Amino acid sequence: MSQQTKAETKRPVQRSEMTKLQWTWKEIKRNKTAYFMIAPFMLLFIVFTVLPVLLSILLSFTDFNMLQMPGWQGLSNYTRLFLEDEIFLLACKNTLVFACITGPVSYLLSLLLAWFINELPPKLRAVVTLVFYAPSISGQVYLIWKTLFSSDSYGWVNATLINLGITSEAILYFEDANWVMGLCIVVALWTSLGTAFLSFIAGFQTIDRSMYEAASVDGIKNRWQELWYITLPTMRPQLMFGAVLAITQSFGFGAVVTNLCGFPSVDYAAHTIMHHLDDYGGQRYEIGYASAIAVILFVIMFACNILIKKALAKVGE
Amino acid sequence: MAKEKKLRIRGHRVVLNRSTGGDLGITLLLAVFGVFMFFPMYYVVIQSLKPLDELFMFPPKFYVINPTFDNFSDLFKLMGDSWVPFSRYIFNTVFITLCGTVGNLIFASMAAYALSKLHFPGRNAIFQLIVMSLMFHSTVNQVTHFIILSAFGWIDTYLSIIVPSMATTMGLYLMKQFMESSVPDTVLESARLDGASEFRTYLTIAMPMVKPAWMTLIIECFKTLWNTGASIYIHSEELKTFNYAINQIVSGGIARSGAGAAALVVMMLVPIIVFVLNQSQIVETMGSSGMKD
Repeated sequence: MSQQTKAETKRPVQRSEMTKLQWTWKEIKRNKTAYFMIAPFMLLFIVFTVLPVLLSILLSFTDFNMLQMPGWQGLSNYTRLFLEDEIFLLACKNTLVFACITGPVSYLLSLLLAWFINELPPKLRAVVTLVFYAPSISGQVYLIWKTLFSSDSYGWVNATLINLGITSEAILYFEDANWVMGLCIVVALWTSLGTAFLSFIAGFQTIDRSMYEAASVDGIKNRWQELWYITLPTMRPQLMFGAVLAITQSFGFGAVVTNLCGFPSVDYAAHTIMHHLDDYGGQRYEIGYASAIAVILFVIMFACNILIKKALAKVGE
Repeated sequence: MAKEKKLRIRGHRVVLNRSTGGDLGITLLLAVFGVFMFFPMYYVVIQSLKPLDELFMFPPKFYVINPTFDNFSDLFKLMGDSWVPFSRYIFNTVFITLCGTVGNLIFASMAAYALSKLHFPGRNAIFQLIVMSLMFHSTVNQVTHFIILSAFGWIDTYLSIIVPSMATTMGLYLMKQFMESSVPDTVLESARLDGASEFRTYLTIAMPMVKPAWMTLIIECFKTLWNTGASIYIHSEELKTFNYAINQIVSGGIARSGAGAAALVVMMLVPIIVFVLNQSQIVETMGSSGMKD
């Protein structure tokens, strides 16, 4: 910085005397260190995140199969997906059902529970936070649901239901097309109180208490009004962050489903776009086709994010 | 006068706008969800402590009569018999987690400092790109990711997992937001006036001020890497992770159910302990996690 000021006194060129390009170039040279500091991360980020996305888009117009040179196919992968691939359409339906339930429910649950927890005394708050957050960081622990709902003598749920006389025989939860989807949604929700949940908890804690006192004088009558008119509008940045994470998460539960009900799931009842992608990309090596599936997923995710952004602008109005 | 009656005191604080009915309802809801969240975790622990005869008891009990650590010793015996020595799986997981997390901490914190405190051309565009990357799940990329890794010749090496994990954007995002809100520009300015280089300012002034964010970044990175399972990038048995081995044991069927539960307990304890030790710092960092549009 001190060198910078010296340089400027020697050659006092004002910004108005330069073209935009010259100014930018000067700024770039002045901030060399900044670029050095960001370079290692950006290099890896571009190679392992940006490049794969671009490559997916490019390959989705080809018939690449890892062995032969890719040939240009135009939109045929996309037309095949929507016109010929019935399982893809089923996967689309399942994905939307799955995401439309897990996304909003997990989001609202995180928000409500964080709000409730905020009313607790600090020590208890820490313990309850841990209880709710733990499943999301514990990796494969959700496999215990398989034991809880198992159809053999280990199945705690079946045993309890039979004992209480509610059902007369064991239900094959993970092998029955009527049950798998619902059960996977429950397990996904169970693991979903993660980073967004913590962000909400922190958000509630950072709100200035004097705002509530002022609001009370202004005629806020109950906790719901307080939440809608005071708390949520102040927390809008957190709400946005949480929403982005909820969307990302709700489309990424493929592994949970595979580990619980196997692949493919019974009658494709829990087959999502992610599984379809895995099937064509990881097993059949139809990379071009798989890339088209990936591109469609990208489009869906971005569309959801844009919608949510619009919806959140209305909070507190 | 009517308003005076409504004032309720909790501790030393006057509680505004809270009805007793609402308090009860909320406590009840918290209890219901608490049980839903806690029961499966509790059940894993109980299963892992059950002796063999209780594991085979019908109907299965949600408590244990004669707790024993046999399942844990069985687990380690089982591990001893496995094809690859079990310590190797543990080493792989610890090695991958350590390298990836440390690398992510170094790279992401440098980038976070530049993005939050230095005004260089292109800064906003880069940050927008990083926010966009938070909007999709990384598994969408896995096919092309695989192609790129194989072009580097990294398939079936530790590098295939470690290097990409160093550029995880979540940690960078949280650290950047935290630096912006908790490192005052004036402090950095005075360090620069004292002649400290930009890199030195980052290392000796900014970094010590954002320790809570380190912890958050560490747990974000840690939980993903620790839970890295049967990766499609690794084929050799001796390079596979602890998580993969656990999966094998859990899916091993009835006879190993006790050992399977014990394995799950071992697996979940580590991230939970890491979180508990850093809980208050993580919540502190999350306070600035908001996204401004």
